[in-house]
Amino acid sequence: MQQIRRVTMQMSGAEILVKALQEEGVEVIFGYPGGVLLDFYDALFRAGMRHILTRHEQAAAHAADGYARASGKVGVCMATSGPGATNLVTGIATAHMDSVPVVAFTGQVPSHMIGGDAFQEADIIGITRPITKHSYLATSPGELPKIVQEAFHIASTGRPGPVVIDLPKDVLQGKGKYHRPDKVEIRGYKPKTEGHPGQIKRVLSEIMKAKRPVIYAGGGVVISGAGGELVAFAEKNMIPVTNTLLGLGGFPGNHPLFLGMLGMHGTYQANMTIHESDLIIAIGARFDDRVTGAVAKFAPSARVVHIDVDPSAISKNIVVHVPVVGDVRGVLKELNKIQKGEKAVWKEIRSKWLDRVRAWGEERPLSYDRKSSLIKPQYVIEKLSELAPDDAIITTEVGQNQMWVAQYYKFVKPRTLLSSGGLGTMGYGFPAAMGAQFAFPKRVVVDVAGDGSIQMNIQELATVAQHNIPVKIVILNNCFLGMVRQWQELFYDARYSQTCLSSNPDFVKVAEAYGVKGIRISDKAEVEAGLKEALAHPGPVVVDCQIDREEGVYPMVPAGAASSEMIFGPDRKKKESKLKAVK
Amino acid sequence: MRHTITITVENKFGVLSRVAGLFSGRGFNIESLSVGETLDPTISRMTIVTRGDDRIIEQVTKQLRKLVDVIKVTDLTDSSFVDREMILVKISATEKNKAEILRINEIFRGKIVDVSPTTYTFEITGDEGKIEAFIKLIKPFGVKEISRTGKVAILREMNGE
Ligand SMILES: Cc1ncc(C[n+]2csc(CCOP(=O)(O)OP(=O)(O)O)c2C)c(N)n1
Repeated sequence: MQQIRRVTMQMSGAEILVKALQEEGVEVIFGYPGGVLLDFYDALFRAGMRHILTRHEQAAAHAADGYARASGKVGVCMATSGPGATNLVTGIATAHMDSVPVVAFTGQVPSHMIGGDAFQEADIIGITRPITKHSYLATSPGELPKIVQEAFHIASTGRPGPVVIDLPKDVLQGKGKYHRPDKVEIRGYKPKTEGHPGQIKRVLSEIMKAKRPVIYAGGGVVISGAGGELVAFAEKNMIPVTNTLLGLGGFPGNHPLFLGMLGMHGTYQANMTIHESDLIIAIGARFDDRVTGAVAKFAPSARVVHIDVDPSAISKNIVVHVPVVGDVRGVLKELNKIQKGEKAVWKEIRSKWLDRVRAWGEERPLSYDRKSSLIKPQYVIEKLSELAPDDAIITTEVGQNQMWVAQYYKFVKPRTLLSSGGLGTMGYGFPAAMGAQFAFPKRVVVDVAGDGSIQMNIQELATVAQHNIPVKIVILNNCFLGMVRQWQELFYDARYSQTCLSSNPDFVKVAEAYGVKGIRISDKAEVEAGLKEALAHPGPVVVDCQIDREEGVYPMVPAGAASSEMIFGPDRKKKESKLKAVK
Repeated sequence: MRHTITITVENKFGVLSRVAGLFSGRGFNIESLSVGETLDPTISRMTIVTRGDDRIIEQVTKQLRKLVDVIKVTDLTDSSFVDREMILVKISATEKNKAEILRINEIFRGKIVDVSPTTYTFEITGDEGKIEAFIKLIKPFGVKEISRTGKVAILREMNGE
């Protein structure tokens, strides 16, 4: 009797792992099998756990990332040892740079063979050390529940980030007991969540003193779910708000206090407001170089308040006068609670400053040649923004497509823009869109792509076709690596070295070959109908939208310039002569 | 500026490379590093001596604190602390210089830990000044080999004030 009970309580490491994942509430795993994971995939099969087979491990990592960014839950991906694991690396780095909670499992050769250059061995813990929040090498089946529990806790708390769990084959095959600790207790990991009350008061006194304040809000607002608190805070104090790329959606894009994105391709209004401000309230942002431009010239007369959950983000790139370390939502809540004074009072005090801010918006609004007979990408994005519902999730690739979306799409809800901001990973948008669609099967999900980027993970058409998930891909097709071409045009005398994609495939046919609907838009008059058709289609769609090949992203703060030193377009005369040269 | 940082960490494999990686990833050098178990065998203590301007050091200590396996980080530099290092030095000895070498060792209160017909090996413990002075004096006699532990450090107790 004893004997039998003991036997039934013993489970394989693979079974223990599946159970641990279920207890964490994992709904779906994105992954790709291989030799050392056979036991895991067998246990998964028997448990009936949902797994999405991507066609490349990189896509599995991005899908887990997209799932996490859209839902706020932890995304899970899985790859086999060696090449499977190394294929995850770009996805893990992408999640790391943008603080996304992902747990990545990698197979590993049996423990006794580690270090011996075994077949398909890679030191993935070592390789991913600088791009993970933490990592584990499992050494016994019995410790898997604790490791998984800790990994999910670490990935999703404090400043979120990816955690890698390396699974040697013998750990998956070995036997052990399932035991999950009651709670997570990690003595070296206690993220600070509540802001220091004294510092919070100092923020208010800075606001009292300031004449020209501005709020610079980043991805931290979205991550901590502080959208509502931010609106209340900005409205109460009548302070204009600019967003980083990852912050978009964290403040409603149609709000009268909204200035648009700031930085290299930010609006004139946002950049001028930052430049002329005397107080910057940075919230969940990190003064990235794409935001500040030349640090020495950044906001020369501003004092800086910085609210962030990560102490190491503070005073990293620029000097901060009033740091507040804590969860952004909690800190904003506290600020809103203790601050006295009426909106009306602030309105009076701020009116001069807000008039100036408004004037910058009117002086140089975002603009493009609306009369052109060619399809302007900005027009496509404006139309998409108009046609898609408010809760549509938009992902982007990297390059001009990404910046046009940031400039022209009106995001009004948090977690509706998923974009690789930190690492700038081409090939991110499509798999991330898949991940988001698995999190929200009923919502509209659109990947706005470039013709270069989409080809980095185009194989995932097989995945969307297999599951018939209705992801829409809108390719802004300029037959160029557009963003790089733009820099060559501006700074390298239009020598288009290795940026012309002259032998692109017929994307409609590619889609059809995978059994996916393809739509071509080659005339401006077809844009609206084409997008409508795509959005109305119940399955996946690829829209090949053939845009003005040489359209650029403006305004632009050239590298090394102050954010007030923007350029608004190419030198017309120079441009024409160059076009001739190309032809 | 020179900084002496002590860190208590989980006594697990891989922790040392995480800590070292933070330094190398930012392109600066660790002058010395020593690791050893504490009374609690699940915790190790590291003493790191490094150089960098205040901003870099502040970043590094913040990044160290972010490591999940790091329990506590203390930059001793601005506090009162005791540090010690131990070296083992093997010196060529001849009939002629033997007496002189032994005399220097005695002055520094070193121990003789190994003797051969042609060499002495001394063990010297002390702060940096003492160690450097010893090396300087003994060098001309012909140092065959030298092995240093790197510094270990501990805060001074201020309760008695
Ligand atoms: C994986 C990767 N490789 C290279 C780059 C450098 N890069 C940035 S934008 C860009 C061009 C992108 O071209 P495309 O996807 O066609 O988009 P467009 O700029 O034309 O909208 C390149 C090559 C990158 N960001 N990511």
